[in-house]
Amino acid sequence: MSRKQKINLIYEILVAVLFLLFFSPFVLLILNASKSTSFEVLNDPLALTGTFAQLMANIQEVWTSPNTMYQQAFVNSAIITIGSLIAIVITSSMAAWVLVRTKTKVSNFIFLLFVVAMIIPFQVVMIPLVTWFRELRDFTGIPFLRSHFGMIFSYVGFGAPLSIFMYHGFMKSIPYELEEAAEIDGCNKVQTFMYIVFPILKPITITIMLLNGIWIWNDFLLPLLIIGKGTVNQTVPLAIVNYVGAFVAEYQFLLSAVLIAMVPVVILFLFAQKYIIKGMVAGSVK
Amino acid sequence: MKQKSSKNLLFKSTFSQFIDKHQKSLVFWGFLAPALFAFTMTIIIPFLLGFYYSFTNWRGFGTPDFIGFANYARLFNGTGAEGIRFLYSLAITFIFAIFNIILLNVIAFSLALLVTRGLKFQNFYRVGFFLPNLIGGIVLGYLWKFIFNSVVTDVSLFFMPEPFLMLADRDSAILAISLTWGWQYAGYLMMIYVTAIQNIPQDVVEASSIDGASALQRIRHIMLPMVAPAFTVTLFLTLINSFKQFDVNFALTAGGPATQVNGISIWGTKLISMYILDTYQVSLNPALAQAQAVVFFVILTLISVAQVTYNKRKEVEA
Repeated sequence: MSRKQKINLIYEILVAVLFLLFFSPFVLLILNASKSTSFEVLNDPLALTGTFAQLMANIQEVWTSPNTMYQQAFVNSAIITIGSLIAIVITSSMAAWVLVRTKTKVSNFIFLLFVVAMIIPFQVVMIPLVTWFRELRDFTGIPFLRSHFGMIFSYVGFGAPLSIFMYHGFMKSIPYELEEAAEIDGCNKVQTFMYIVFPILKPITITIMLLNGIWIWNDFLLPLLIIGKGTVNQTVPLAIVNYVGAFVAEYQFLLSAVLIAMVPVVILFLFAQKYIIKGMVAGSVK
Repeated sequence: MKQKSSKNLLFKSTFSQFIDKHQKSLVFWGFLAPALFAFTMTIIIPFLLGFYYSFTNWRGFGTPDFIGFANYARLFNGTGAEGIRFLYSLAITFIFAIFNIILLNVIAFSLALLVTRGLKFQNFYRVGFFLPNLIGGIVLGYLWKFIFNSVVTDVSLFFMPEPFLMLADRDSAILAISLTWGWQYAGYLMMIYVTAIQNIPQDVVEASSIDGASALQRIRHIMLPMVAPAFTVTLFLTLINSFKQFDVNFALTAGGPATQVNGISIWGTKLISMYILDTYQVSLNPALAQAQAVVFFVILTLISVAQVTYNKRKEVEA
């Protein structure tokens, strides 16, 4: 064995050990979520006394328990995430398109406004947002608070700056001749956008959906303020906090609840990891 | 009958003329309206309202009275309880941020070096290190709370007579937040470094090894200068996100344990984001919370401006 091979072997082992260490929290999670009593968990967290059948039973218990309201929370999270993504993609691509193709002072100013807004942290708008939404609700009767609509509407607003910025950058590279040709062939503006421009945007649309989707699925602060934990419309992170706050003693259930919450993103990641990593690194401007 | 139809025609023609004349701006505003409306309602209006509220005695409802800088004066009064608590929260957030910049970037850069060496399964490792980044801070926080409270205590008994309660002491609790967040975020920073390292032209690396540069020399004189722009990006990302950190803080320590400063009892690990929210939700003082949020905004804006100017200067030099 040459010296170089030896060094490489050392590195192989080093990375493998680091990786195992890095993944040990997941191992501990599954190990202890598959135990039958809280005592078993706390007595020796490293013991391999759990069984797969018990894990399934715990997951079943958490999933159907009226205390967690987990099924409802998953439905809520899915509605809010998918609804927001559709709304963000449609509204942001439309807005970015006219901002790219219109070269006026007003257009430039509005685009600049969106870009500058990216540095506004959520914390500085969150408190006035809640009271503002309450006043809007009282004035118009539209349920801005404690509803799926309020959440989706907020995510369209908070997602717009980055999404428009990314669409804007991508659209600048689309040749204008394509759109001109479509208009000569008799397309109006709406048709040009729907049939010519939007399909070309597909790669950046996927990136924007993944980026926003992961953020929205995991988001905690905005739903906490708009929906509130323990309500019918709560999302998954709220349901977890609500459950942990009330039933801390049952560790095997708590860990099963944590495990269930991780599953959807992990599955999504396994299928789309290449796009996700690329998109998230590209989104590091935020 | 005839008159009516001509009137109709007249109306039609003025309408279509109007459309023709203003088609461009109609399309512009029509396409822009939905996004701009939601953006205005959720960001612009609350942002402006927030600035105004921070100068009033607003209680979350009704018409507030203007009180000038009184809220800010309370926050920066180093002798009052509110001032001490706020400044303490800012101070630990700064320490937390600086600690993260060092810890997370050392870990992330080392990992990036390891997974770009051409080892077997290196793509698998990259994906694995990246994975925790997708899971929400709340969920991760509870997992690590279990690890710190039950597993670390057990394992520590091998090394010391008493179990090590990491979350029970202020300093180690902040370290715990840092580790948990680092576990989540290091893979992301690693990928930024990996991208930068992959962009280093191979001929330069080869030339240096032909010239007899050792591995360390290659890192020091070729890699580091070439990935320097990535360092700027990750440094500011870590800094800004340390300030925004809320989820892990909330799930892991919830602000505890308590500590004492100048004879006033203080939540030991309440970072600034959590402190703002609690001033609003627990202390029920929205005007004061909003003044804190504005200070928070000013700090983050200064950081962002520093980043932009720094990048601009770099571009000029390059």
